[in-house]
Amino acid sequence: MSKIKSLDELRRMKARLENEMDIREKSNNPEKFTQIRVAMATCGIAAGARVVMNAIVDRVEKDRIPVIVTQGGCMGYCYAEPTIEVRRPGEEPVVFGHVDSAKAMEIIDKYVLHGELVDGVIPVNYQTISDKK
Amino acid sequence: MPNYKMSLLCCGGTGCRASQSVEIVERLREEIRKAGMENDAQVVVTGCFGFCEKGPIVKVIPDNTFYTSVKPEDAEEIVREHVVKGRKVTRLLYEDPDTKTHISDSKHMGFYQKQLRIALRNCGFINPENIDEYIARDGYEALAKVLQGTPQEAIETVKKSGLRGRGGGGFPTGLKWEIASKSRGDQKYVVCNADEGDPGAFMDRSILESDPNSVIEAMAICGYCIGATKGLVYIRAEYPLAVKRLQIAMQQARNYGLLGQDILGSGFDFDIDIRYGAGAFVCGEETALIHSMEGKRGEPTVKPPFPAESGYLGKPTNVNNVETFANIPVIFLKGPEWFASIGTEKSKGTKVFALAGKINNVGLIEVPMGTTLREVIYDIGGGIKNGKEFKAVQTGGPSGGCLTKKHLDTPIDYDNLTAAGSMMGSGGMIVMDEDDCMVSVAKFYLQFTVDESCGKCAPCRIGNKRLEEILDKITQGKGTMEDLEYLRNLSKVIKDTALCGLGQTSPNPVLSTIDNFYDEYVAHIVDKKCPAHRCKAMRVYVIDPDKCKGCTACARVCPAGAIQGEVRQAHVIDTGKCIRCGACYDKCKFNAINVQ
Amino acid sequence: MDKIKLTIDNNEIEVEKGVTIFQAAKRIGIDIPALCYMNLENLGVENRPGGCRICVVEVEGRRNLAPSCSTVCTPGMVVHTHTMRVINARRTVLELILSDHPKDCLVCSKNGRCELQSLAARLGIREIHSVENAAVSTYKKDSSPSLKRDMDKCVMCRRCETMCNEVQTVGALSAINRGFNAVVAPAFEQRLVDSNCTFCGQCVAVCPTGALTEVDHTPKIISALMDPSKKVIVQTAPAVRAALGEEFGMAPGTLVTGKMVSALRRLGFDKVFDTDFAADLTIMEEGTELLDRLGRFLGGDKDVKLPILTSCCPAWVNFIEHNYPDMLDVPSSAKSPQQMFGAIAKTYFADKMGIDRKDLVVVSVMPCLAKKYECQREEFLVDGNPDVDYSISTRELASLIKEANIDFNSLPDEDFDAPLGESTGAAVIFGATGGVIEAAVRTAYEIFTGKKLDKVDFKELRGLEGIRHATIDFNGTKINIGIAHTLGNARKLLDGIRAGMYNFHAIEIMACPGGCIGGAGQPFHHGDGSVIQARMEAIYREDSGKKIRKSHENPYIIKLYEEFLGHPMSEKAHHLLHTCYFDKHD
Repeated sequence: MSKIKSLDELRRMKARLENEMDIREKSNNPEKFTQIRVAMATCGIAAGARVVMNAIVDRVEKDRIPVIVTQGGCMGYCYAEPTIEVRRPGEEPVVFGHVDSAKAMEIIDKYVLHGELVDGVIPVNYQTISDKK
Repeated sequence: MPNYKMSLLCCGGTGCRASQSVEIVERLREEIRKAGMENDAQVVVTGCFGFCEKGPIVKVIPDNTFYTSVKPEDAEEIVREHVVKGRKVTRLLYEDPDTKTHISDSKHMGFYQKQLRIALRNCGFINPENIDEYIARDGYEALAKVLQGTPQEAIETVKKSGLRGRGGGGFPTGLKWEIASKSRGDQKYVVCNADEGDPGAFMDRSILESDPNSVIEAMAICGYCIGATKGLVYIRAEYPLAVKRLQIAMQQARNYGLLGQDILGSGFDFDIDIRYGAGAFVCGEETALIHSMEGKRGEPTVKPPFPAESGYLGKPTNVNNVETFANIPVIFLKGPEWFASIGTEKSKGTKVFALAGKINNVGLIEVPMGTTLREVIYDIGGGIKNGKEFKAVQTGGPSGGCLTKKHLDTPIDYDNLTAAGSMMGSGGMIVMDEDDCMVSVAKFYLQFTVDESCGKCAPCRIGNKRLEEILDKITQGKGTMEDLEYLRNLSKVIKDTALCGLGQTSPNPVLSTIDNFYDEYVAHIVDKKCPAHRCKAMRVYVIDPDKCKGCTACARVCPAGAIQGEVRQAHVIDTGKCIRCGACYDKCKFNAINVQ
Repeated sequence: MDKIKLTIDNNEIEVEKGVTIFQAAKRIGIDIPALCYMNLENLGVENRPGGCRICVVEVEGRRNLAPSCSTVCTPGMVVHTHTMRVINARRTVLELILSDHPKDCLVCSKNGRCELQSLAARLGIREIHSVENAAVSTYKKDSSPSLKRDMDKCVMCRRCETMCNEVQTVGALSAINRGFNAVVAPAFEQRLVDSNCTFCGQCVAVCPTGALTEVDHTPKIISALMDPSKKVIVQTAPAVRAALGEEFGMAPGTLVTGKMVSALRRLGFDKVFDTDFAADLTIMEEGTELLDRLGRFLGGDKDVKLPILTSCCPAWVNFIEHNYPDMLDVPSSAKSPQQMFGAIAKTYFADKMGIDRKDLVVVSVMPCLAKKYECQREEFLVDGNPDVDYSISTRELASLIKEANIDFNSLPDEDFDAPLGESTGAAVIFGATGGVIEAAVRTAYEIFTGKKLDKVDFKELRGLEGIRHATIDFNGTKINIGIAHTLGNARKLLDGIRAGMYNFHAIEIMACPGGCIGGAGQPFHHGDGSVIQARMEAIYREDSGKKIRKSHENPYIIKLYEEFLGHPMSEKAHHLLHTCYFDKHD
C-alpha cells in the first residue's frame, strides 16, 4: 500500500472508493433518488433480466447517475419480461416491458435523466407482495 | 473486482455478536454463495446500529430494509427471498408498537426519526475494519485540510463550534486545546479517554468498534493543534473488540501515511499507542487516568496543575473522551457554524445516550442538544415497558441524579441537567418505572461508588460507605428522621470536600432522590413501608380470603412453613414466620396474595 | 519574583507565586488544622496528597471547598478559613475518619502524641455521628524485628509512602486496595520482613497515628533488670544524648549525657557504657581498612575496590543488600559500633568480669529502629546468643525513665563506667551526617602521613546538604570524600559509582535525614528541620569540649588492642569486629 502524500491524492483516492459506498450513501435517502427496480423473479431472470440489471448498474456507475438500482420480485407481467419499474422522486412509478440492454439505455437517457417517456410502458394495475401491508 | 448490486450490512458490535451475529454473517455468506450471487451481493460487517433492543440487525442496501432480531436460521430466507427474488421478509421487519404495521425502512421508525447522528455517523454504515470505507466517506479530509492551515486556525474552528467535552465535565474543547497548545514542553501528548465506566453506558465502546478511524483522525488533528506528536488511547482491557478494531485501523492508517512520519506530506509526525486500563471507574478522571498510564496507582491528584500544564510523564497533555473526538472531523468538514447551529445556546451539537432500564427501545441514540427527556423516552425510547408508569430517569450514571416527571419537558443540555440536580455525565440514561424504589436506587448507585472509590480522600473513602450504610438501614425499615438529616448533611459535605469528580458527585443520587422523592424516604422511615414494595424487609404478604381458592400451592412452596390452611379454604400467612421471599406470590394463580 | 495579593479571613496579604493558602495563612498567624499535610523543608519534600480534607477552606467564587495545603494562592483570592460551612465540613470529615479508627487510645503506643487524637481534641469532637455497627476497616497485623504495622489505625495520610518512596526510594510501602479497604502496605500485602524494607523507620517517624510504630522492647528490659541471675549492661549511641532531653521538655539541642547516665544507673543497669567507645574502635578498624585499600590502590593494585563505604548504618546495609547486590564488596567489612560493642562486651568484658556470655545482657539505646533488626541478624549470634540482646530507641528509654518516676530534669550529671565508657570527640560526631568520615579522616590522616593533625575540625565535611563532596589533602595525596544522607541520596551516589561517574576514595552513607540525630527512634520532630539542626550543633559542641578528639588516642582503645586484639585487622579483630553482606535481591 502506498502512502497518501497530499489532500489531492486523498481526494482522488476517495473518488475511487466512494463508488463502492455509493449504494449505501444513496439508500440513506432513497426518496431523493430515482429508483430503478428490475424484476428478478424466475421469469425475469429467464428472459435476461440479470443481463439488463448488470448493464444498468454498469452504466449508472460509469456516468455517476444518481439512481438507486434494486431488484424486485415478479410484477405479474411475465409475458413482457424483462420488466423494470422506474420511480422518479415524488412521481408515480412507471413500468417498462421487454427491456433489453439497449432499451434500458434509452430509458435511462430519456426518462430517468430527462423525464421523457419512451415506448414500452405497461399500465400500472398491480400490487407486488412487498407493497402489501 | 465484483460490482455489488446489493449489500447486507450486519451488525458486528459486541451486543449483536453476543446474539450470534458472527454466525449470521457466516450463514448469509454461505447462502449467497449457494445462490451463486457472490458477485452481486456482499455481506459487510459494520459497527453498532444502536437499536440493541432489536438486535441482531441486518440492513439490506440499496432498498434500505431493516431486519430486526435476526437469527442465523433466518439467513436462508433472507437470501432466498430478498437477495434472489427481491421480496422483503416481512416477519423480520420492525413492527410499530402503536400501529402494529411493519416498517421496512429504519428512517420511518420512531427510534431513528428524532435522532441526528454526528458522532455515530458511520456506526452501522461502514466496515470498521476497512479504512477505505472511512476514506470514501470523507475520512481524513478534515485532517488534510487542517494540516494545510495553522494550528491556531484549527483551534479557532473548534472553539467556534462550541463543542464541549462529552465525557462528563462539559469543558469547552477548543479552550482545552488552546491551553495545551500554549503550554510549553519538549514533548506533548494527546490522550483519548476510552475508560468508559458508567454502568449501562457504552457509546465510547460502540464508536471505537464501529468507527475507529474518526477517533484516530481527530487525535491527529488535536496533536497538530497542540503541538503533540504522540497520542495514547487509554482503554479498558475488557473491550477486546474495540481494541482489535482500533489496532487494525491504526495499522491501516500507518500504511496510508495517515499516521506516522510526515503525514500527508505535511511534515507533521503523529502516532498513537494503546494503554490498557483495568476498568477502574476512577481512572476515567483525567489525573487518575494519567497516573494509571504511567504505571502508578490509579488515583487522582489535586488540580491544578492541570494535565494541560503537567500531565503524562509531567508533560503537557490534552485528554478528551472518545465521543468528543468523534465529533471533531465533522466540525471541520461541515464547518463550525453548521455544528453550532445544532443544539442549545450553551450546548452545541448532539449527544449520544445509552438508553437502558424500563424502556421499550433499549439502545444507543444520538440526539441534538435541547431534545427533551420526553422525546427521548417516549418518541425514541418507545415509552415504558409493559405499559407501566414512568417514575424517574437517572442521567449521568452514578454521578448523576434522578429526574422525575416534572423534568420531562426539560431540554437536555449540560446546564439544564445540572440545574435540575443531575448531570450530563457520559450519557447513561436509566429509566425507572413505578415498581422502582428510589431509596434502593440511591443505595444501588452508592454501592457502585463505594466499590469504585480509590480511597485516597477521607470523604469519599469513608463518607460514601456511611451513606450506603444509612441507606441500607432505611431500606431495612430501621431508619430514623435523624438518619435522614445526617444523610443530607453528609452528602453535602462529601460534595463539598471530596478530592475528585467521583467523590464530588457520588452523593448526587442521594440528594436528588431526597429532593424529588422525600415522601418515599419518609414512608420508609416513619410508616416502615416501601411504596414500591421493593424493600424486602418491609414487605408484608397477605392472602385475600375472597380470592383464595384454597389450592394449597402457596403453602407447598413456602420454604418457611408460614402458610396454613385447609384444602379449599382460604389460607393465612403467619407474618412472624414469613421470610418475605415472595415464592407464594409468584406461585398463586388467582392473584390472591397481596404485598403491602 | 511575582507577588500575589489575596485576602485571608479579612487580612490582606502578599505572597510569592506558588505559595499555598495553608502557607500564606501560617504567615499571618492563622493555623489551619491539617492531618495528612507534612512539610519536610530541610529535605525539600512536601507530602500534600490532599487526602484528609481537614484543611479545607472556603474560597469565594469556588463551587466546593478548597484543600488549603495544595491550593496555590491566586491574585485577588478571597479566603475564609473558619466559616460555619468550613467548620461543619471539617468536623464531619474528622468524624468520618474517627468512625473508621479503633478507639483503643488508652493503650495505643501513640497515646498522648497522636496527631489524630490532638485534632479530635482541637475540633472538640465529643460524638461520632454514624450508624450502629458501622463498618470498620481491618487489616492483617504485621510485626518485624523493628517495625509494627497496625493498619486499622491508618488514616491514609500517605506520609509513610512519601518517606519510603520519595525520600528513601526504598519503595516498600504504597497504597493498595480501593475505596474503604484502601490502605498503605507492602506489595501484595506481604509482611515487611518479606519486602525490601530496610527498617530505617522513617515511616514510623512521620506516622501521625499508631499505625506504624517501633517494636516495644521495654518489657524485655524490665524482665532482664528484674532477673538476679543476669548482669545487664547498657550502651548509648552518640545521637541519643543530643535528643533525649526533648522528651522531658528541654529545648532541642540540649545535651543530657550526664543525666542520661544517671538515669540509666537509677534504672538498675549494672554498667552504663557508651557506644562511643565502640565508635572509636570502628574508626580503628574501618580507618585501617581504608588505608589498606588506599595504599594498595595507590600502589597500582587493580583488584582493590574503591571507594570504601562506611557500614555503621544498618538500614543502609539492608538497602545495599536489597538493591545493589553487585556492590557488596564495596562497603567496609567493619561491623557497626553497636555490634562491635556487643562483640567486645560478650568476650573481653565478660572475661574480665568472669561471667558467661549467656548471663550477660547487653542493651543498646539507639536513635534508630533498624538497630533492633541488626542485633538479631544471624551472623551476630554466637550459639544462638546475640552479641546485643535488646535495642531500644531514645523514645523507649524516655518512657522507661518516666515509668520509673525518675525526675530526669533534676538528675545530677554522672560519668560512664570504665572500661567501655571512655570515648573521644571523634566518636560523638558519629551521630551527625559526615561525622563518621570526619572521625575516620582524623585518624587516617595521622597514620597515613605520620604527622600530627593541627586542626581536627573538617568543616567541609559537615552540613545538611543531601550529597556532599570534599577533597582532603593527605600531605600531597588528595583524598576525595563523598557523603550522603537519606537512602534516596545514597541511591544517587551508588548509581553514579556504578556508572563510573565519581572518583571517590571514601564515602559515608547514613539512611536517616541528618544522620542518626534524625533517626527514627528519636523524639518526634514533626518535620521541623530546626530540631535536626539543633541536635547537630549539640553533637559538635560535645566533640569540641572533649579532651581527646581522635579515636586512636583513646587510652582504653589502645589498652584493648594491647590486652586483647593485638592490632587493627588482626585475626582476632577480624573475627570479632568484621562481618560480611548478603544478596537479598529478590
